[in-house]
Amino acid sequence: MSADDQLLRLRERLSKLRSLSLLGGATLSNDLKRLQKQIEQLEAAPTLTGEEIWQSVELARHEARPYTLDYVERMIEDWIELHGDRSRADDPAFITGVGRFNGRTVALVGHQKGRDIKERKYRNFGMAHPEGYRKAMRTMQLAERHRFPVLALIDTPGAWPGVAAEQHGQGGTLARSHALMARLTVPIVSCIIGEGGSGGASAIALADRVLMQEHAIYTVISPEGCAAILWRDAGQAQKAAAAFKPDAAHCLELGVIDAIVPEPLGGAQNDYDEAAQLLADSIEHELAEIEDEPGSALRRQRRAKFRAMGLYA
Amino acid sequence: MTESGVDVSIERKDESRPEEGGRRDPNTCPSCRSHYRDDELRAALRVCPHCGHHFPMPARERIDSLADPDTFEEESADLRSADPLDFFDLRPYRERLAEAELETGLGEAIVIGSALLDGHPCELSVMDFAFMGGSMGSAVGEKFVRACESAAERSVPLISVTASGGARMQEGILSLMQLPKTVCAVEDMHDAGGALFSVMAHPTTAGVLASFASLGDVIVAEPGALLAFTGRRVVQQTTREKLPDDFGLAESNLRFGHIDGIVHRPELRPFLARLLRLFSHER
Repeated sequence: MSADDQLLRLRERLSKLRSLSLLGGATLSNDLKRLQKQIEQLEAAPTLTGEEIWQSVELARHEARPYTLDYVERMIEDWIELHGDRSRADDPAFITGVGRFNGRTVALVGHQKGRDIKERKYRNFGMAHPEGYRKAMRTMQLAERHRFPVLALIDTPGAWPGVAAEQHGQGGTLARSHALMARLTVPIVSCIIGEGGSGGASAIALADRVLMQEHAIYTVISPEGCAAILWRDAGQAQKAAAAFKPDAAHCLELGVIDAIVPEPLGGAQNDYDEAAQLLADSIEHELAEIEDEPGSALRRQRRAKFRAMGLYA
Repeated sequence: MTESGVDVSIERKDESRPEEGGRRDPNTCPSCRSHYRDDELRAALRVCPHCGHHFPMPARERIDSLADPDTFEEESADLRSADPLDFFDLRPYRERLAEAELETGLGEAIVIGSALLDGHPCELSVMDFAFMGGSMGSAVGEKFVRACESAAERSVPLISVTASGGARMQEGILSLMQLPKTVCAVEDMHDAGGALFSVMAHPTTAGVLASFASLGDVIVAEPGALLAFTGRRVVQQTTREKLPDDFGLAESNLRFGHIDGIVHRPELRPFLARLLRLFSHER
């Protein structure tokens, strides 16, 4: 489906919502505003060529790209990191903690990659074990108890595919992380800040507002993995990426994300401070819109949003 | 390193048994080499009469084996996959879909509907691995969600039988979104007081294991079924670890505490009947 068709579809949805406005009240007019905003962003966002998509893949994986802790340092005051899943281990591939974001206490969870070889190994390249997801779930439950909004920063090639991870229940843990987020009644804003790699990414992205940085990618499988299976050649990754279009503009078109967060010229790696400011502004904007909604309404709308995802005949 | 991102991939059904070289006859038992006519195997619920190996079971046969005769009423039978990305790898996605439909006689990799099981009303959602590796795209996700809604509306438990390689790559990010989507549907059903009984058949992997299949109030598996987030080959390639012989198998999952039990196929119907009775609040 082309961008024009998508635009048409969004417009149709918009006109349908308008005709229903007598039924739904406040929620519906909220939806309307959001859709209108999405259409505006979509019209502004260019459709990327295969080459430009690959540039996004490379920027999303850029070794100088800011990671979760770089944003925490710049966006969060009085940060206290929380460690451990309270049953087995502390997974360094995940960061969780509490702090102040623009004057309110929030809980933050996010994947963490490493900067040099030693740290990369320590952080397991941002690929968490079930222990990491359990740590995130524990922190989200703490947020629910104390009515703190949850911020989730996503940056992972995928959940760790190792023997121990399987034995400790990687699949079931990811399922329960999704389920917990579907159950929370506090506001949740998530943002993909680099690689949004499959189930390990969506497990902490079931949010009221899902944002995506301009050069981040969100994928069901890595381009290399897709190429290895469908083209039987991992070297065809560029072709695979062009075919499944993991870029932010495309995710916005499909209604998978709610908004795109701009990055400094040339990519977030060029100016951490500006990247963090732009991210904080976007998160603040979304959070301010939803934080006064009653929790039950928030949860209902969150589930309804994901209920509507997908295209079928 | 990027290879490790492969965690919602379609795994071929033979990958858990790498000693099997080439294509074998689907009616030859991979563990004892006995060979059967199709009607023999079908009459035995596709369980090897000699060694007890569980062959893959087509969705229609599964439904026949569980539902009381003539009680299954299929829902959303006309729902089909769209091609949101105009996806083309070595072949167009549409062509793969058409071929799968011809081969299996199914419109998608999942069949849903209402039924009676030993007289108890329930909703059935059954996946078929033969349809594009049982992969979950928008249509599969939508049908599972509708099964949850139908179960909640009628206040009956949902029995889900899964056999899936994971999310359907050809639908890109929309297939990944079926994870949160199906999870939200299960949570809505749970809020309405509904129960989910999850039966994991071979293989239940990646995106399906990481979403609704793992959220059953009760979870059981068939003997020898592969239940893993990542398949054997990718784990080996990514980590270079030595894999235990029973890596990811139902038996190993039971030992590590991820499932409630292993149920042999001939026992499945009476087992589910007992669950339905227990969860019906009948006195």
